Amino acid sequence: MALAAEQLETTTGRVQYRALAFRRIVLICGMVVALFLSVSIDMALGPANYTLSEVLTSLFSSGTVSDQLRVVIWDIRMPIALMAITVGASLSVAGAQMQTILANPLASPFTLGISAAAGFGAALGLVGGVALFPAAVQFMIPINAFLMAMAAALFIHFASTMRGVTVETIVLLGIALVFTFNALLSLLEYLASEQALAAVVFWTMGSLTKATWPKVWITGAVLIFAVPLFARQAWALTALRLGEDKAASLGINVRRLRLHTMMTVSLLAAIPVSFVGTIGFVGLVGPHIARMLVGEDQRFFLPASVLCGALLLSATSVVSKTIIPGAILPIGVITALVGVPFFFILIFTNRRRAW
Amino acid sequence: MVGLALKGVGAKYGKHTVLSDVDTDVLNGGVMTAVIGPNAAGKSTLFKRIAGLAPGPGTVVLSDTLKGPETICYMPQDTGANAVLTVYESVLLASKQGSSWKVRDSELLEIDRILQALRIDDLAFRGLGELSGGQRQLVSIAQALVRKPEILLMDEPTSALDLFRQIEVLGFMRSLAAKSGMSVLIALHDLNHALRYCSNTIVIARGAMVASGPTDDVITDSMLRDIYRVEARVEMCSHGKPVVIVDHSIL
Ligand SMILES: Nc1ncnc2c1ncn2[C@@H]1O[C@H](COP(=O)(O)OP(=O)(O)OP(=O)(O)O)[C@@H](O)[C@H]1O
Ligand SMILES: [Mg+2]
Repeated sequence: MALAAEQLETTTGRVQYRALAFRRIVLICGMVVALFLSVSIDMALGPANYTLSEVLTSLFSSGTVSDQLRVVIWDIRMPIALMAITVGASLSVAGAQMQTILANPLASPFTLGISAAAGFGAALGLVGGVALFPAAVQFMIPINAFLMAMAAALFIHFASTMRGVTVETIVLLGIALVFTFNALLSLLEYLASEQALAAVVFWTMGSLTKATWPKVWITGAVLIFAVPLFARQAWALTALRLGEDKAASLGINVRRLRLHTMMTVSLLAAIPVSFVGTIGFVGLVGPHIARMLVGEDQRFFLPASVLCGALLLSATSVVSKTIIPGAILPIGVITALVGVPFFFILIFTNRRRAW
Repeated sequence: MVGLALKGVGAKYGKHTVLSDVDTDVLNGGVMTAVIGPNAAGKSTLFKRIAGLAPGPGTVVLSDTLKGPETICYMPQDTGANAVLTVYESVLLASKQGSSWKVRDSELLEIDRILQALRIDDLAFRGLGELSGGQRQLVSIAQALVRKPEILLMDEPTSALDLFRQIEVLGFMRSLAAKSGMSVLIALHDLNHALRYCSNTIVIARGAMVASGPTDDVITDSMLRDIYRVEARVEMCSHGKPVVIVDHSIL
């Protein structure tokens, strides 16, 4: 009798932990289902509205539907819908790992100046016709944006390799970059023709409408390259959140882990912003929502960040089509409008500390 | 039995040397060794150097029977963390470094055992950010123990604990060392704890080793005067155990 009681006693923590892990897995599966639904709805909406069953039929047995439906779904709407989830996922994971390695809840592709740099690069092309990579003038805008974003990311990266540069300094440097590039962007806007100005403003608002299959593939490929890299470091990345000294004492080479992660994150952040423009909110808030839902064990936090970002942008895409019937509002603007209320609800209902 | 010896060990931060020439005999496993000295003497630095976290001259000689340098575990002094993790997860995390995603039952049972031994099993599913200072310190000890080190370097592990917990943790550590043959180095400011729980003591002051040897020989009136700048007596208590009684500071 006493033995049985003791045995029960010694297993409670384990049982509770397994239950916790199970709840998180269920939550993550739920998010996968929600994402699938959201993407399907996203594809059903547009100038011609289809029913959900039409969309699903054309997805799973495209031979049985009309040519027109198939073309609209597969060639027009699917790239946009998938772009939403790859971009959302990339920015969210990038933000998650920036927050992890810099130990700062404000870190994100947006707040570290990567989006602002991309915006400036795009504006250079739109206003001045300057191609930073003259060999491919037809892709001037995304390439300009990408090169500037990468330059900003690498600047942050190399700044963090310097001795004596603390994580706090890096965040400050990033914010300085935001101001610098925004100032340069304003200058360009001031000098721009009316037509170019409109193009710049539209670009910086962020939009998925220019999505194409190649862009989806590229963004998806970077994501598929980056996530397993992070997954392999899951325990180490989680331990980083216990503090630098603690992580080092657990045998982690903190400096190297930071640098490698920063490198991957740079790519992950620079690619989406160069294709779709400034979508700042997802990279900051996606990880926070994930953290509130599943905590910071990267085995759950990593997939949850991917899914939160994807879901946030996909849901936004749906909303941006439905607010004003017939018009597609810029997604960069709508993301914040959709995300903020949800974010507030989570913050105010979450009794646990979120950071 | 594991053991380690320090031969001319020093450490520096950048170009700044903060510790030099620490030499000890073999510090055997199975007992605890106290590392004492004033603030900023270099105790934490010595631990970081032994754990391979700080560069510096000299060698840390490990006994052949040691499985490898990764069986040295350093428990840092400050334990503040704001990660969104439960106590249980943070201990699991410490035990899983470098291994796979899969968590086995045996690993979880081990965590349960350690949390119970430290009497913090009731905190298992509390968030790290919701703990008191002493509770954080106990979690930090659990994180060190779960790694099953052969050489354990504990940097002031009881500085935030109440009297009961101090006695309990130190007693537990001593019996654990005796049982497992683990070698425990422990930085302490309470010299009575050193006298009571540690067979050997190393004294560090101003970045150099001042003395090392059996605790009773090292902690003396004159050492307390020279190193700690206090007028104090080491006397036998009514149970026949040595205790430090401090009279006043020397300015
Ligand atoms: N990261 C660092 N960079 C530069 N100097 C350092 C660093 N850490 C510690 N020091 C210096 O090294 C010396 C030894 O510090 P250490 O932390 O080893 O002292 P300690 O003996 O552990 O003191 P305490 O009892 O206060 O914990 C101090 O003068 C301290 O200022
Ligand atoms: Mg110290």
